[in-house]
Amino acid sequence: MIVNPAVIALVGGSAAGGALLLVAAAHGVAVLRGWDLGSGSQRQLELERRTYLVSTLLGFTLAFELLSLFLFVFTADALAPQFTGAMCAAGSLQASPYGYPVLLLKLLDAVLAGLWLILDHADKQGYDYPLIRVKYAALLLLAPPALVEAGLQAAYFAGLRPEVITSCCGSLFGEGGRGLGADLASLPPALAGGGLAAVLLLALGSALVFLRTGRGALATGLLSAAALPVALAAVVGVISPYVYELPTHHCPFCLLQREYHHLGYPLYAALLLGSVAGAGVALLAPFRATPSLAEAVPALQRRLARLALAGLGVFGALSAFVVLASGLRM
Amino acid sequence: MSFIVLEDVRRVFHQGRPDELTAVAGVSLSLAAGAVTVLRGPSGSGKTSLLALVGGMARPTSGRITLDGHELTSLPERFLTEVRRRTFGFVFQQFHLVRGLTVLENVMLPATPLGIPRAELARRAAAHLDRLGVGHRAGARVDWLSGGEAQRVAIARALVNNPRVVIADEPTAHLDSKLSLEFLEIVAGLKADGRTVLIASHDPLVFEAGLVDRTITFRDGRVEADTR
Amino acid sequence: MTARAWLERQRALLDFTLASLGRRPGKNLALLLVYALVVFALASTLLFTAALRREAALVLRGAPDVVVQRLVAGRHDPIPAAEVARLASIRGVSAATGRRWGYYFDRGSRANLTVQVPPAWWGGDGEVVVGEGVARARRAAPGEDFPMLAASGHFIHLRVREVIPADSALVSSDLVLLSDGDFQRLFGDDPARFTDVALTVPNAREVPMVAEKVVKLIPQARAITRAELQRTYESVFDRRSGLVVALLATAVLAFAVVAWDKAAGLSAEERREIGVLKALGWETSDVLLVKLQEGAVVSLLAFAAGVLAAYAHVFLGSAWLFAAALKGWSTLSPDYRLTPDVSPLELTTLFFLSVVPYTVATVVPAWRAATADPDEVMRS
Ligand SMILES: Nc1ncnc2c1ncn2[C@@H]1O[C@H](COP(=O)(O)OP(=O)(O)OP(=O)(O)O)[C@@H](O)[C@H]1O
Ligand SMILES: [Mg+2]
Repeated sequence: MIVNPAVIALVGGSAAGGALLLVAAAHGVAVLRGWDLGSGSQRQLELERRTYLVSTLLGFTLAFELLSLFLFVFTADALAPQFTGAMCAAGSLQASPYGYPVLLLKLLDAVLAGLWLILDHADKQGYDYPLIRVKYAALLLLAPPALVEAGLQAAYFAGLRPEVITSCCGSLFGEGGRGLGADLASLPPALAGGGLAAVLLLALGSALVFLRTGRGALATGLLSAAALPVALAAVVGVISPYVYELPTHHCPFCLLQREYHHLGYPLYAALLLGSVAGAGVALLAPFRATPSLAEAVPALQRRLARLALAGLGVFGALSAFVVLASGLRM
Repeated sequence: MSFIVLEDVRRVFHQGRPDELTAVAGVSLSLAAGAVTVLRGPSGSGKTSLLALVGGMARPTSGRITLDGHELTSLPERFLTEVRRRTFGFVFQQFHLVRGLTVLENVMLPATPLGIPRAELARRAAAHLDRLGVGHRAGARVDWLSGGEAQRVAIARALVNNPRVVIADEPTAHLDSKLSLEFLEIVAGLKADGRTVLIASHDPLVFEAGLVDRTITFRDGRVEADTR
Repeated sequence: MTARAWLERQRALLDFTLASLGRRPGKNLALLLVYALVVFALASTLLFTAALRREAALVLRGAPDVVVQRLVAGRHDPIPAAEVARLASIRGVSAATGRRWGYYFDRGSRANLTVQVPPAWWGGDGEVVVGEGVARARRAAPGEDFPMLAASGHFIHLRVREVIPADSALVSSDLVLLSDGDFQRLFGDDPARFTDVALTVPNAREVPMVAEKVVKLIPQARAITRAELQRTYESVFDRRSGLVVALLATAVLAFAVVAWDKAAGLSAEERREIGVLKALGWETSDVLLVKLQEGAVVSLLAFAAGVLAAYAHVFLGSAWLFAAALKGWSTLSPDYRLTPDVSPLELTTLFFLSVVPYTVATVVPAWRAATADPDEVMRS
C-alpha cells in the first residue's frame, strides 16, 4: 500500500465526487418520480428548485474529474522511482492491473459529465423542461462508473507494492512489448498518422457541412467521438516520438512535463473539448423536433459544432506543427 | 382590452396541514392595460398575496393567470422570473433597499443579471433618478436616505427594466400626507407613460385619488366590491 | 444570450459579489484566515517533503551503485580487506572501494556525527573537515582544535581544516571527514577491515545480477543497490508526509464543518438581501452564481495566501516550524536553504485537500440560500 498526500487527496476526492453524484442521483430519482409540470403545488416547485442543485453538482463533478485525471497522472509519475523499471507514469500505472482502467474510467466520467451538461443546458432553454426525463434517466447512468472508479482507484493504491518490477514507458509503449500500449506503439507511423488525419479531416469537414447546411449532425457527432480514441492512439503511435525526437519513446504522459513545454495540456484539452462538443451535436439531434426546443437546439448545435471545429482544429494544427518542427524523420 | 386575466385563482398556505390557510379564495378579475387599479381591504384580506400572484412571484394553488394571452401559471420558475423582470416593477412597503450599496447601485440591481454593459445601465439608472428628482443622491449610500427619498429610489429601481406594469404594496404606509400626495403625482406620471399601475392600500388618500380608474375591495380573500 | 452579454453578466455579478463580500468584512475575514491557515499547513508539508525528496535524490545521485556490507549473526560487521579484490573481479563491476565510516555520539553537543574517510582525502593526518552543523554545534572554526574521545578512552586532538558550506544540503551538515589513520585511531578499528565496500557498476541493467553474485561470492554479505536505497527514502518521505496529512485531515474536516456552518447560517440581513434580490427579478441561478463566486473568491484568496506563506516558510524560512519534527535524523539543524520549486503535483494535491472539501461543504447551503421564495419579502 502506498500512502502519501497525493494518494489521500485522490482517494478523498473520488469519494467526494462519488458522493456528489449519489446526491445528484437521489435528487434525480425524486424528480423522475414526482415531476408534474402542470401542478402549481409546493412539491413541484421544490423539485424544480432541486434541478439547480443537480446542475451545479454535475458542473463540479466535471471539474473534479478533469482535475483528478491530471492529479492521477502526476501521482503515478511521482511514484515511478519506487518501482524497479518504472521511469514515468506509464510504468507506475502498469504496476497494478487497475492502473489503466482507473485512468480510462476517469476519462469516461469526465466525458459523460460533459455530455450531461450539454443535455442540461439544452433542457434549460425549453420553457417546459422538455428533456427532464431523458436527462435524469441519463444521470442515473453516471453514478456507477464514478463509484467503480473510486473503488478501483483505492484498490490500485492499496495493491501497489513498491518492489514490483514493472516496465518503464520505453518498453511498455515500445515496439517489443505486449499489451494495448505496445500494440499502439508498434502501429506503423504512417497508418496511425494517416488514420488520425483522416478522422480529423472527416470530422472537421462534417462539422463545416453541418454549419453550412444544418445536415450531418449524426456524422459530426460520431466522427468527433471517434476522434478521441483515434487521436489518443496516434499520440502514442506517432506524435510522442516526434515530440521526444526519439523513435522508441511513445509515452503519452511525458508530454505533460516541463521538458516538453507542457505541450500535453493544450493538446489534450483541445482534443477533449473538440470531441465532447462534437459528440454533443449528435446527442442533441433527436430533440430538434421537440416544439419548445425548435429554436434553441439548432442554435446550440451550431455553437457546439463551432467548438468542435476549434478544438479538433487546434489539436490537428498542434500535432501537425509538432511533426513538422521535429528533428526526427521516420 | 384585458391585459391581465385571473380565472378562479386560489392561494392556499400550508396545504393539507392543520394550519392550512386560504389567503386568496377564488378570484376572477381582468385588468386593463394603462389603468391605475387600487386593491383595498382590511389587514389580512389577501391584497399582498394577490399582488404576488399577479406579479409572478408565486404560483397559484389553482386557477389560471394570463398576461397578454400567455398563460403564466404553468411556467417554470426560471421563465416566470424572466417574464416578471421584463414586465413588472415592484415597490415594496418597506422599500427594501439593499443596505451598504449606493443609490445608483440599488437602482441598477434588477438589471444586474441581464448582461447589459455597465456604463449603459448606469446611464439608464441615473436618468430614472433624475426624473424622480433624486439624481443628486446617486452616489450616496441608501442607509442615509429620508423616507421620501427612499421611496423615490425604490420607484426608480422598479422602473429600471422599463416594465409595463408597476406594482406597489402599501406605498404610503410610511409617508406623511405631503409625501403621499407627491407619490400620487409620480403615479400620474407613470400612467401618462402608458404603464399599468396596481396598488394595494387601505389609505383613503390613495383610493380616493382622482387618477385611480378602479378600486377593488377585498375581504377574506374574495372580491367584495369592484368600482370603476 | 450572446457571448458578450454572458461575459457582462458574469462581470456584473462578480462586481456585486465583491461588494457584498466587502460589506461583511468580519465574517469573511475570519473564514478566510482559517481557510488560509489550513492551506498553509498542508502546503508547508507538501512543499517541504517534496524539497527533501529532491535533496535526497541529489545525494543519492552521488551514492555508489551497490554497497556491500557483511552481516555476522545478523549484526553489521567490518568486511576483510581481502574481499575487496574478489568483489572487484565480479563481471560488470568496474571498481570496488573499501570505505570506512561510523557514527560518533558527541556528548558536548548531544549530537550524532557521521565520521567518514572520504575516497580521496585532501587533508593531512591530524586534520578534519566538518559539516556546517558540526561547526556550529562545537563552535569550531578553521584552525581550531577539535578533540574527539577515541576507543582507547583518551582524547585525540584534531585540527579543523575547513567547514563544508551550508548550501550543500541536509546530509553533509553532520559530517566529519578525516584521514584513514585518524579514523583507525578514533574507533580502534582493524586496518585490514573496511566498514563496507562500494561497487561501481557502469551498466544499470547489470545491477540486480551483480547483487546476486555478491551474495553467492560472500554468503554473509548483504548488497544494497542505489535503487533500493532510493525506494526506501521515497517511501519514508511518502509515509511521513502521508501521516502528517492524515493528521491534518481532521483539521480539514473541522474546517469543512465551519465552512458548512458559515454558509448555512446566514444572518438575517443576508437572508433579507437575497429575498430582495429574488423579489427584484433575480433568478435562482443568478443568486446561486453569486454564492458560488463568493466561494471561489474566498478560495482563491485563501489558496494564494496559504501557498505564498508556505512558500516563504519552507524556502525562505527553512521550514522552521517543523523542520525538526520531519527530518529527525540529526539534532544538528543546519541553516540550509531548500531549493525552491513548486510542481503541478503539489498544487493539484493541495487543491483537492482544501478547495474541494470547502466546495463540497458549501454547495448545498449556497443552493438553499438561492432558492428563497421571491415573495418572501412581501410578507412583513
Ligand atoms: N407565507 C405565508 N404563510 C402563511 N400564511 C401567510 C403567508 N403569507 C400570507 N399569509 C396569510 O395570508 C393572509 C393574507 O395575507 P396578506 O398579506 O395577503 O394580507 P393583506 O391584505 O396584504 O394584509 P395587510 O393589509 O396586513 O398587508 C393572512 O392571514 C396572512 O397571515
Ligand atoms: Mg399586505
